[in-house]
Amino acid sequence: MTDLTGRTEDAAPPAEVPEMELFHAHSFLTKYVFCQDAKVIAIQYAGTAIAIGLVALVLSWVIRIQLAFPGAVALIDAKVYYQAVTMHGMIMVVYMLTAIFLGGFGNYLIPLMVGARDMVFPFVNMLSYWVYLLATLVLAASYFAPGGPSGAGWTLYPPQSILTGTPGYDYGIVMMLASLILFIVGFTMGGLNYVVTVLQARTRGMTLMRMPLTVWGIFAAAVMALLAFPGLFVACVMLLLDRTLGTSFFMPAIVEFGEHKAYVGGSPILFQHLFWFFGHPEVYIVALPAFGIVSDLISVHARKNIFGYRMMVWAIIAIGVLSMVVWGHHMYVSGMDPLFGFFFAVTTLAIAVPTALKVYNWVITLWRADISFTTPMLFALGFLVTFVNGGLTGLYLGNVIVDVPLSATLFVVAHFHMVMGIAPVLVIFGAIYHWYPKITGRMMDETLGKVHFWITFLGAYAIFFPMHYLGVLGVPRRFYELGETAFVPDSAHLLNVSITVLALVVGFAQAIFFYNLFTSLKRGKPAGGNPWRAASLEWQTPETPPGHGNWGDEPPIVYRWAYAYSVPGAPEDYIPQNEPPIRGELSS
Amino acid sequence: MSSEPTTTSDHFSQRPSGLLGVMADWSSDQRSFKTASWRKAMMWVFLVSDTFIFSCFLISYMTVRVSTTVEWPHPSEIFALEFDGRKIPLILIAIMTFDLITSSGTMALAVNYAYARKRRAAAILMVATAVIGAAFVGMQAFEWSKLIHEGVRPWGNPFGAAQFGSSFFMITGFHGFHVSMGVIALLIIARNVWRGDYDSGRRTTYSHRAGDYEIVEVVGLYWHFVDLVWVFIFAFFYLW
Ligand code: HEM
Ligand SMILES: [Cu+2]
Repeated sequence: MTDLTGRTEDAAPPAEVPEMELFHAHSFLTKYVFCQDAKVIAIQYAGTAIAIGLVALVLSWVIRIQLAFPGAVALIDAKVYYQAVTMHGMIMVVYMLTAIFLGGFGNYLIPLMVGARDMVFPFVNMLSYWVYLLATLVLAASYFAPGGPSGAGWTLYPPQSILTGTPGYDYGIVMMLASLILFIVGFTMGGLNYVVTVLQARTRGMTLMRMPLTVWGIFAAAVMALLAFPGLFVACVMLLLDRTLGTSFFMPAIVEFGEHKAYVGGSPILFQHLFWFFGHPEVYIVALPAFGIVSDLISVHARKNIFGYRMMVWAIIAIGVLSMVVWGHHMYVSGMDPLFGFFFAVTTLAIAVPTALKVYNWVITLWRADISFTTPMLFALGFLVTFVNGGLTGLYLGNVIVDVPLSATLFVVAHFHMVMGIAPVLVIFGAIYHWYPKITGRMMDETLGKVHFWITFLGAYAIFFPMHYLGVLGVPRRFYELGETAFVPDSAHLLNVSITVLALVVGFAQAIFFYNLFTSLKRGKPAGGNPWRAASLEWQTPETPPGHGNWGDEPPIVYRWAYAYSVPGAPEDYIPQNEPPIRGELSS
Repeated sequence: MSSEPTTTSDHFSQRPSGLLGVMADWSSDQRSFKTASWRKAMMWVFLVSDTFIFSCFLISYMTVRVSTTVEWPHPSEIFALEFDGRKIPLILIAIMTFDLITSSGTMALAVNYAYARKRRAAAILMVATAVIGAAFVGMQAFEWSKLIHEGVRPWGNPFGAAQFGSSFFMITGFHGFHVSMGVIALLIIARNVWRGDYDSGRRTTYSHRAGDYEIVEVVGLYWHFVDLVWVFIFAFFYLW
């Protein structure tokens, strides 16, 4: 720590990176459609992700209606049901959450928060979005292909996923795999940009340990995605070959409907390994950005620096590393060697340590803080509650003996919706309420926001919490109908009905959010540049919304970390990162 | 344009060396890799990701080779060429490997000449690299057609396990695709070097930024990587 008083210029090292040459768009097409500005790409990514996410939401109603009122809607037969389950899961995890956190928030926030003018390779960044859009369209188009989309379950386990008995055998599965391959190609182009921008294009004074945790979370998630998506890529290519060329990578000798298939000698377990080598890190690919964003929301709206910033960073890194070696906990029931089961149980439980550390730090940050219950803060708190709930059931499922009876029941559905369904979605909402003023220059309506929060939070909790109980009763997941199952009491069916009613209510209540989102564009209160009085760099842009190139003539110089709130002796209760050092301030 | 490394400033000569230097770089502002430009850093990150893809492919190949119930074809017999009625095992693959490693040599020379601003020499060496690379792809096509002629298909073959053909075509195909992309990139950049685009500051078509000679090194990184991957494919497919 050095006293910085009176050394404004020396407080930041000299510029090493020359000014970035930006592409200046002149036509409507290059300005708003084929745009290379990360901020526009971010909106495009987020818009597409939300649109396809709404499709997945409607599909979840299809699932729920069938579960509560079996056979009531003639349209929902077993085929439609399984297709809905599959598409719902796949869209939510990959096409909605991954895209909105990395493509949406990553693109908008990384350059602004590290003080860059744009991503390092804007053209590649633009391509990333268009390939993603194509992937989404291919996936959506499978609903219009003969036979419809695949009904294999979002995990696409062979052999069943490519046998004729599974819905979507003809086109659905092929389009699903092609779409995933496209998604990975598109993501890679974006992901390289996010990683290199954080590593190599920060502004003067912006050290890694001064970056807001949002950037840390997105950065770690992007690195993980670049390492984990290869598993899915390879799995998709091989499954596609098995389906189209008749290779037998994953297919053992098999008899279907009395017909001996030509497959021989493949390994279905290999697919599971490849899939979950991607699948588990994927959980953290959506969770780490959410962690980062929540840290920032809590800190800003509680007017306190985040507790244990360095610990938070190292926890993100530790979680990232550990989560690459836990994938086997999804395969406890696959007949894996017990020794592996032991290994994966140990690593899985070990992740609880850095994760719990983060939760404690959030709680300590809130402790005796000057909390204002703004909508973003409410969503952040909602995240804490749901995430802790899902994290605790994760400890159950991480243990082999507990998992074996619970796997493939609604307990698992409750667990992963809490931890990676509801929790990240709450963060997305909170983040939109928080950064909307920067993106549009106007505030979203607080009252509507709070109504939206309480309905969504309480509703979602009431939807998924009872599923734990149903799961313990033994109600299986992915079942079209339960039929005559003696072990499921009538009361469980009543619960099922209430879950479905709530799911419909909560789903329709999202209209409040969209109404708020769109009307605030015109009628929202003008926000000014920094309505939350936040210290991080994105709130210090010369214009709001930030112009092309973000920073006007001079990129900002950073003198401190992003959490200088309620600093004793400071004139305001926050000190922006680019405010020159004030008298007596120590470097951080 | 991306960042030119400012290697000459005294800011740099004062950097501590060794592990301390690495730590100093990572705790500094602006850049974590002080001498890497954006595009070089991006190529490295991409190659790490690509390494994972190839690793997954190769590990999958090993898994199916173990899981299959039928005997694996014998590499030294199946990859043999007949000359004068005598079968010489692995001869084609030896030539291909030699060929690709040679191309790494010409590539390294091209990088050297590019930094020395010897445009002609650099461009010629890059074209040579591309030609050698194309020859590799050609020989691979020959090998594919020979195997196909002998009845090897992705879904089965007369010599043993069906997975032999599946993984062989998939992995060498994926690698050959990488080589072909490299050949195209080399030819484009060789043209730019020959024309002197990197001296005149001419804009590249897509990024609207002027390039510089470092791009030769960056495409070289890719090329060496593809070479290195081949060594692994060679070892796992032909020697195991
Ligand atoms: C809008 C609220 C949501 C509702 C009401 C809902 C409901 C459901 C239901 C009923 C199932 C089927 C359970 C079964 O029988 O197997 C399901 C599956 C699933 N959901 Fe959700 N879900 C919602 C949001 C999300 C979100 C945000 C995610 C993102 C992670 C998500 C990911 C999944 C996954 C991965 C599956 C498993 C699909 C499969 O079994 O193949 N869901 N969801
Ligand atoms: Cu997992």
